[in-house]
Amino acid sequence: MKQVIHRKLTPKILCLGVLFLLTFSTTLVAQGGDAAKGKALFNANCAACHKMDKPMTGPPLRNIEALLADKGKDKKWIFEWIRNSPAVIKSGDAYAVALFDEWNKTAMTPFPQLSDEDLEDILAYTSAEPETPAVATVAAQNGAAGSQDGVSSQFVLWALALLFGLLAMALILVRRTLNRFAEAKGLAVDSESKGLPLWKAFVQNQFLVLVSSIFLLLAGAYFAYGYMMQVGVDQGYQPVQPIHFSHKIHAGDNGIDCKFCHSSARVSKTSGIPSLNVCMNCHKTISEVAETTANEDYSKEFYDGEIQKLYAATGWDGVNYTGTPQPVKWVRIHNLPDFAYFNHSQHVSVGGIECQTCHGPVETMEVMYQYSSLTMGWCINCHRDTNVKVEDNAYYAKIHEQLSKKYGVEKLTVAQMGGLECGKCHY
Amino acid sequence: MSSNKKYWKSVEELNEKSTVVETLRHNEFVSEIPTDEFLGNKAALESSSTTRRDFLKYVGFSTAAASLAACEGPVIKSIPYVVQPESIIPGVANYYATTIADGFDFASVLVKTREGRPIKIEPNDLASCAPNARVHASVLGLYDSMRVKSPMKDGKEISWETFDKETNQKLNALNAAGKEIVLLTQTFASPSTSKLIAAFKEKYGNVRHVVYDAISASTALDAFEAKYGQRALANYDFSKAATIVSVGADFLGDWQGGGFDGGYAQGRIPKDGKMSRHIQIEANMSLTGANADKRIPATPAEQRKALAKIYSYITGQAVSVDLPSHIDEAIQNVASELKKAGSKGVLVTGIDDVNAQTLALEINTALGSKAFDTKAAITTRQGNDKTVAALVADMKAGKVGGIILCGVNPVYTLPNASDFAEALKNPSLELSIAFSLKADETALLVQYIAAAPHYLESWGDVELKKGHYALTQPTIRPLFDTRQFQDALLKWTDNDLSYHDFIKETWNGSVLGGSSFNKALHDGVFSASGLSMAALVGEEMDSNSQTGISTETETFSGGSAARTLAASSSEGFELVLYSKVGMGDGQQANNPWLQEFPDPITRVSWDNYLTISKTDAEKIGAKNWHVADGGLNSSLVELTINGVKEVLPVIIQPGQATGSIGLSFGYGRQEGLKGEMRTGKNGYKFYQNFNSVQSGASLKTVSGVHEFACVQLHNTLMGRGDIIKETTLEIFNTKDKSHWNAIPVVSLNHVETPVTSPDVDIWDEFDRSIGHHFNLSIDLNACTGCGACVIACHAENNVPVVGKEEVRKSRDMHWLRIDRYYSSESTFEQDNKKKDGFSGLFGDKGSLGGFNQMETAAMDNPQVAFQPVMCQHCNHAPCETVCPVAATSHGRQGQNHMAYNRCVGTRYCANNCPYKVRRFNWFLYSQNDEFDYHMNDDLGRMVLNPDVVVRSRGVMEKCSFCIQMTQKTILDAKRDGREITDGEFQTACSSACGSGAMVFGDINDKESEVAKLKQDNRMYHLLEHVGTKPNVIYQTKVRNTTEA
Repeated sequence: MKQVIHRKLTPKILCLGVLFLLTFSTTLVAQGGDAAKGKALFNANCAACHKMDKPMTGPPLRNIEALLADKGKDKKWIFEWIRNSPAVIKSGDAYAVALFDEWNKTAMTPFPQLSDEDLEDILAYTSAEPETPAVATVAAQNGAAGSQDGVSSQFVLWALALLFGLLAMALILVRRTLNRFAEAKGLAVDSESKGLPLWKAFVQNQFLVLVSSIFLLLAGAYFAYGYMMQVGVDQGYQPVQPIHFSHKIHAGDNGIDCKFCHSSARVSKTSGIPSLNVCMNCHKTISEVAETTANEDYSKEFYDGEIQKLYAATGWDGVNYTGTPQPVKWVRIHNLPDFAYFNHSQHVSVGGIECQTCHGPVETMEVMYQYSSLTMGWCINCHRDTNVKVEDNAYYAKIHEQLSKKYGVEKLTVAQMGGLECGKCHY
Repeated sequence: MSSNKKYWKSVEELNEKSTVVETLRHNEFVSEIPTDEFLGNKAALESSSTTRRDFLKYVGFSTAAASLAACEGPVIKSIPYVVQPESIIPGVANYYATTIADGFDFASVLVKTREGRPIKIEPNDLASCAPNARVHASVLGLYDSMRVKSPMKDGKEISWETFDKETNQKLNALNAAGKEIVLLTQTFASPSTSKLIAAFKEKYGNVRHVVYDAISASTALDAFEAKYGQRALANYDFSKAATIVSVGADFLGDWQGGGFDGGYAQGRIPKDGKMSRHIQIEANMSLTGANADKRIPATPAEQRKALAKIYSYITGQAVSVDLPSHIDEAIQNVASELKKAGSKGVLVTGIDDVNAQTLALEINTALGSKAFDTKAAITTRQGNDKTVAALVADMKAGKVGGIILCGVNPVYTLPNASDFAEALKNPSLELSIAFSLKADETALLVQYIAAAPHYLESWGDVELKKGHYALTQPTIRPLFDTRQFQDALLKWTDNDLSYHDFIKETWNGSVLGGSSFNKALHDGVFSASGLSMAALVGEEMDSNSQTGISTETETFSGGSAARTLAASSSEGFELVLYSKVGMGDGQQANNPWLQEFPDPITRVSWDNYLTISKTDAEKIGAKNWHVADGGLNSSLVELTINGVKEVLPVIIQPGQATGSIGLSFGYGRQEGLKGEMRTGKNGYKFYQNFNSVQSGASLKTVSGVHEFACVQLHNTLMGRGDIIKETTLEIFNTKDKSHWNAIPVVSLNHVETPVTSPDVDIWDEFDRSIGHHFNLSIDLNACTGCGACVIACHAENNVPVVGKEEVRKSRDMHWLRIDRYYSSESTFEQDNKKKDGFSGLFGDKGSLGGFNQMETAAMDNPQVAFQPVMCQHCNHAPCETVCPVAATSHGRQGQNHMAYNRCVGTRYCANNCPYKVRRFNWFLYSQNDEFDYHMNDDLGRMVLNPDVVVRSRGVMEKCSFCIQMTQKTILDAKRDGREITDGEFQTACSSACGSGAMVFGDINDKESEVAKLKQDNRMYHLLEHVGTKPNVIYQTKVRNTTEA
């Protein structure tokens, strides 16, 4: 019983801690601005260049008010600086000039639009205590519970196996004992039945042999065909990538358009794996995931570690590019053979096909995999069923009118347009 | 009764005492099978743990394992950019304008790059002349695995720091000691380089700059300089000429830098009943001679006299000329025709003689020729024979302290190469540096090889013609640790600028006159009367006078020049050295595309040879013959001129002037190239005094046989005039189409029915009026046979190189060939008449003997015709109907598709193709050590077009009408949502065609050029009577035989 008490203690202490922190933070709000509003303002205006705890383009801002108070700079100075830092530097303020020099002489963007109240809010936010630990521990506990579940199910399996083993043993023992009884009583156990054994009867019946061998051959051929047909078809191929990139987080949770990163899909035959500078457009400021991003399978630490891999690949040390990038060797998932020509822009830009039509529900894929079979039959079927998107396209105007008249249809399929000809994809 | 007949299997059996027969009676084999060799060691066999059964098990297992393992797809890695350049989108090609200036070929081009790799050369529409076959092939030189990859000293790689330190030290030491430093370079024709060399001269004082053209144009330069005061070449625009007379000038080839074919072809297409008349007087059968309306074979000595005679007729100055009567009369006619043409006439000559070149200038001036242009003079040849000769003498005498070579290979190209090689070893020569792409013959003998970049990795500027400038820009980052000559000059003159900045400075200062440099760079070309190259070179040459080399040229008067020419004589055979369309001066000898490119005239690839007339060949006993596998063989002859000897194979060349022989430059390279490319013999050996004509040659046959790789063996059309239809201008103008371009007829119910009628067709016609319908028109009048299209096709379609042995077996893979036909009578028309006149098998008009006669070409002076043939994309294709797996099928847009992955290689289609355009992959030509060409190394494969699959062993391939290009054009239009305009559709061959002979387009677009050509009276289909309805159309060749 003692153990139970101890277990319950930790959450209680945590709760108390959180409560304590909360009270502390509310007192701060009462003093100046609203930290919650401040957070929103900070993310909108400051986060591009500042982080709370780490240097970025500009210095870290946690408790900046207190820090500057130590340097003899009051709130008024801070407000002036934020609204027009070049002017402050120009005025010859010694500290301002030193600051400017320290940060590579990069002037801070002036924010004249921020009111006193806004700035109060932001400062309140910077002075607030960080609020992370509670959730992290919960996630960690969840992880532990998950692994316990795994252990128990395995245990059940082993136990069942043992049980069946014991049963089998018991049956053998019972049989042996019965046999022994029979022997003791002098009863002959009739072990051999009269007449031919079944297999001999079967072999002697030529008709049966013929039928069953034909059946076996056909079945063999069926399976051999099935096997041959899946050679080179990698549907479901889900390799481990050097960086765990979650399409679910990017395309699903954050709703980023596919073509935002795979921009060449619009104009080129390849969709293009985004170059790392595209990743860094956002990830320069996103060095860690939100607590809510973590899930049962992957913790926040795990995701943050993956972002660090991206930084290592681009040679970003948090402030500067070190100039020693390590290009990422992704494993290609969709591999069309050399002799098949496929052009993304034809399907994406001209045809207006959704990426998901071929690539599946990418926005739900934590780990990307090959959704479609990418076989020729699969291509052809789609070409037979899909109508060509001819609206507002001057290229199609004439040919569509003539062809639809010829075939007597309202809308032409790709196949009717010539999309089944060998040479359209094989050259 | 049994017969006494004796049956025998071999003649040997009839010999009663034959031991062989006796042995064979008892044994199966005459000699013992050497089983002991592999079964004798019993102990070893028994001790072996592997039994036969085990062995079979292992083999079985490993085969099964290998095939199972092969089912598992390989893991393919994809590595994106870390920072993607803005201009590069993977999968989309970029084009850059640049200029090749390798000292022999000068041309403005567009370079197609994919993912940062240059993969193809295309013509720059803003430039006046289209690139030739060598320029098209030059992209492969970038990916040459034999390139020097870093600076080297005495065969060991060094760093550029070491190179700079050591060379600076030596140059300064030479300067301090007052010793002479020589720059021996190619013709740069570059304003910026001239400035740099001037700066170098200033810094190091005693500097001599010698410009050296491997194939010299020195006499023409001298003549022009004497008359017009600047060292350049007259420019000719043949489109403005109605009568063109060429005396030994191969102006459709490399004469004076080449590039005249575009203008020439324009004048050759009959328009309003008119076309130019071209008369060629020459010894070798050249590309130009083959295109001429009238060709007069004449030895070089006769050519000189002919020129004198023409001069005398045109100017009225009396010069007594002694010519054989038949030539004399012909020349008289030529002269009168030329005089009648007046300002619409033009005369050019290729005789390496100042007198001859002066006469050409005088005659054109006298005519007031409109085609003759001295203002936009050509500046891409600047070498001076005398200074080169003086340099070699001085080097031998030890007067030179240091030499820096760039773009030249004198140890290969000099006639006295051994003198030069010796001079390089002269101890008084303290410094020798060669800027070179390869460890070639010269580079191997110098102290330092400065690894030079390919032109596609370099900056540069060129003044192609006076006032016509072009820029060279890099299209790829240097592949190796290289530095270009100009950057080295900048370093040596302590200039911190990069060559790019230096060019920009020069151009902004003195060329552009306020125009934008970026615009000029984008266009690649710029026309202005800016800084004159000649002035710069003049400055440079002025400083030469300090060194005591006289560059003065005497003035020549026309009359005395003509008299000197008229008095010329010769003895023995006269050797005419020429450059081949494929190999040029031999710089690109390690280029497999060019090695495999068949010569347009002889159709021989992978070789050079002595061309000789039939009369002479019979005299010395030299022979050509075909062997059972279809290969062409020849006997060997030994050529001797002034003690220089070489054993050469011969080609008996129809049309070769009796008494003359021909040999091409560019072959016989030994260093800096792969073993397979060491083909032919070096013609420069005989290039004494830089004169392309060498008299006093003697020939004798020696033992031995040479095997050629010749792609066309049937020499004549044998009167089958429907393959190449041709007519004369007179008939073309006066008679109806049915007379000279009749549609063949067949008998249907004893009624002559045209083959185009559906009644005589065994195929059903499809409706092709909707969508695109591609056609390619080839004008046989405009086609000069230059072969640029062949190489362009190679580059675009990843056509493999198969090597000499395979070409000899007729397994060449060219998707596009240019057939060359000779007439067996003196004209094709006479051939046709002769054939039609046959009656019976025997007798004078018998077909048996008659066809035999017709097989051989007229040896003295046949007519020649070229015909590019690729897949004809028949609407009723015989290949499609016989494919057992439907691998080849017809597309609605007119193309005959070929699905390689479906092909099982029965070759039935090739057998059923009447045009013989299908090519079979007998082997795997990529990544196969047996075919060690560009597709066998990672570097060489970078040239492959990623949009076209590389075919593997056992499949058929052929021209696809560049479907990847038409598909791209269509997709671009769809994406932009617009209609396609005429001219957008192109194939590799049609876009490469500088003469406008090939026009590609959509015939369903009634306004397109090709649709109009299809309706043209001259249009015909190849082998129309077969009824294949091809989508390639030809325009009947018209010859202007009307003597004015």
